[in-house]
Amino acid sequence: MKGAYLDNSATTPPHPEVLDLMSRVQEQFFGNPSAIHYKGIEAKRIITAARRQVANVLGVREQEIIFTSGGTEANNLAICGAARRNRKRGDHLVTTAFEHHSTINCFRYLEKEGFRASYLPVDASGMIDLEMLQHEIGPATTLVSIIHVNNEIGTILPLTAIGRIIKTKNPRTLFHVDAVQSFARLTLDPEGWQADLISCSSHKIHGPKGAGCLWVKRGTPLDPLLHGGGQEAGLRSGTENTAALAGFGLAARISGSAQGKKETAFVTLKRTFLKRLEESGIDFSVNGPEPEKAAPHIINLAFPGIKAEMLLHALEEKQVYVSAGSACHSRHPEPSHVLKAIGLKDDLLTGSLRFSFSILNDLDEITLAAKETTDAVEYLRSLFK
Amino acid sequence: MATILVRYGEIALKGKNRGQFEQQLHRNLKGALHDLEASVTRHRGRFSVNCPDAVLHQITIRLGRIFGLTSFSPVYETVLDIEAIKEKAAGIVRDLPDSKNTFKVKARRSNKDFPYSSPELNRILGAHLLHSYPGLAVKIDDPSFTLEVEIGYHKAYLYLERISGPGGLPVGTCGRALLLLSGGIDSPAAGWLAMKRGLSVEAVHFHSFPFTSRHSLEKVVDLCRKLVLYGYKLPLHQVSVTKIQEALRKNCPDELGVILLRRMMLRLAERLCGQRKLQALVTGESLGQVASQTLESIDVISKATRMLILRPLIGFDKLEITGIAEKIDTYQTSILPFEDCCTLFVPGSPVTKPKLAVVERSEQNLDLEFLLDEAMKTLETQIIR
Repeated sequence: MKGAYLDNSATTPPHPEVLDLMSRVQEQFFGNPSAIHYKGIEAKRIITAARRQVANVLGVREQEIIFTSGGTEANNLAICGAARRNRKRGDHLVTTAFEHHSTINCFRYLEKEGFRASYLPVDASGMIDLEMLQHEIGPATTLVSIIHVNNEIGTILPLTAIGRIIKTKNPRTLFHVDAVQSFARLTLDPEGWQADLISCSSHKIHGPKGAGCLWVKRGTPLDPLLHGGGQEAGLRSGTENTAALAGFGLAARISGSAQGKKETAFVTLKRTFLKRLEESGIDFSVNGPEPEKAAPHIINLAFPGIKAEMLLHALEEKQVYVSAGSACHSRHPEPSHVLKAIGLKDDLLTGSLRFSFSILNDLDEITLAAKETTDAVEYLRSLFK
Repeated sequence: MATILVRYGEIALKGKNRGQFEQQLHRNLKGALHDLEASVTRHRGRFSVNCPDAVLHQITIRLGRIFGLTSFSPVYETVLDIEAIKEKAAGIVRDLPDSKNTFKVKARRSNKDFPYSSPELNRILGAHLLHSYPGLAVKIDDPSFTLEVEIGYHKAYLYLERISGPGGLPVGTCGRALLLLSGGIDSPAAGWLAMKRGLSVEAVHFHSFPFTSRHSLEKVVDLCRKLVLYGYKLPLHQVSVTKIQEALRKNCPDELGVILLRRMMLRLAERLCGQRKLQALVTGESLGQVASQTLESIDVISKATRMLILRPLIGFDKLEITGIAEKIDTYQTSILPFEDCCTLFVPGSPVTKPKLAVVERSEQNLDLEFLLDEAMKTLETQIIR
């Protein structure tokens, strides 16, 4: 293949087996899974199998998997559902300043409903201050929501330590983890983290869009967002998207197998990419954590003096696809809240790109991407200096 | 089946033009309705559209966009018989709400073979309605409804309302022009005004990947889809000015960048007009909005071509232009924040009073013919319908 798709934290290309399974499910198992005749029973069976596959990757009971339309809905269900259900016990919620928008905007919305929210600041590597976390949690704190792997800069949060602090300070505070960027790529440890809720998504692991799940530890008090026929243990009404869930299950199984080997492969891709860029001699720096300490599939780079969007489009012309953490139109600058939270200076804010890898990338693509990046940076510098 | 009587501004027409005008309007009507189950018939000084009731609403919306129409009315038809006309009139009035309790009748006899004159018809029908509905009263000044009756050669038409048409001249009766379409608010409005005066319009968009996003192209296509509703075919030409911008960056003073780029655009537009046999350029320039639209700038820019340049917006305020953009539904698309070719290269302090001699001197650093030839090689055309 010409070019390189390096925007895998936005979405991944689906596995061919997943597509194949989905089209077969859509054709044959179209019954409403709630129907009591055979067409319903066989569709229900497909969903149960998918639930088992996802639960296996997470290492949890399958009854605890609540399927949703994706990561955003899982985060909404976890955060709004937990906050509202537990309002009698308290009105205080804690998160970090560099969460995904689906978390941040839930918190902002709940503030309008009268909840109090704390946004923990992060340092230049995206790390929170654990003492500050401990200080924030009080008797009225009902929920702490923390991202496992930050989607823009790849920081891995120390969830075991965080979980210990939360549960020591207030055992009744619920702990939600947004694991959309880590599920089936890094090892997840719900028990070790002492988590109560974990969000996962399908299309980040070569599954279809429109599917995801929230793991809800047994006994966790939660209000549904959608009311209706009582599907998904009453937490998510609506006729299930059988084919997408089947695809999600299979993608989880494929991606979740041999995880250790994959982490090594990601590390190699990332090291090679950085090495090639360093060899080229262009001026750039790494945003966020040290590359070796961050998630192996995400790297965010700053190219001083260059507008990230132009670089992105220049790479696009060479079929290299990446993402600009910040949108930089001259009329409507909207710097990324993540890069702002880690204290990036203005010229780097508008000059940063995220490269994110998947198990489908190979070393040739990485080498090509590094070369095209070098060429594009030199070309743009020649015009704009 | 429903019938709509369609009227156009015949008074403004003289001599030979009239036939051409009517033929073009007939073509435009058929073009605008080609995908609906509707037939268009030409009468003396009128058109009528016959369609199933189900598409009547859609057709009235489309007629509202056909330049040259002054008004149109959904009508009730009867045979040419006074009893049939009386019965139809009573039927129409029966369905009106009680608040419509004062009226007048306004008859018009085009077919002089019909035995009753217009005043006689007014009297007969008025008396019939008063007799049928005792609550009604005749009121010549400001009645709550007016029943109009037209006696044609084959049928009589009765109707209660006249819906205003957009006026103007039928697209295609006044020549062919090339619209410079940037993607902003102004140029679609300028194109619409040009079409309103009977010009058949083609559009050209200058882009500069990778300095701008491919989204800008989507945006221009969307704008053309809105404009084409007022004509029935709109060829959209796209030309890359990336190489020209590179040459300007390298060889010319920054502060003249916008002026020089616009002069190059006019030269490219002139070449395109030659190829496409177009007679004039249409731009969205309005006096004094930005640095490149001072009188001096417009003058220096337009001296790059000998073509006639029409500037329909020259006397309009920003608010008036926005009003047109909202009316033709291009505003929401235009304000989407994608850069156009110029914004990214706008120097800190652009020249507002350029001197032609200075501009021409800095163009001597450029191989104009080569740059224009190369740019024209990037020409891509699509027909928007």
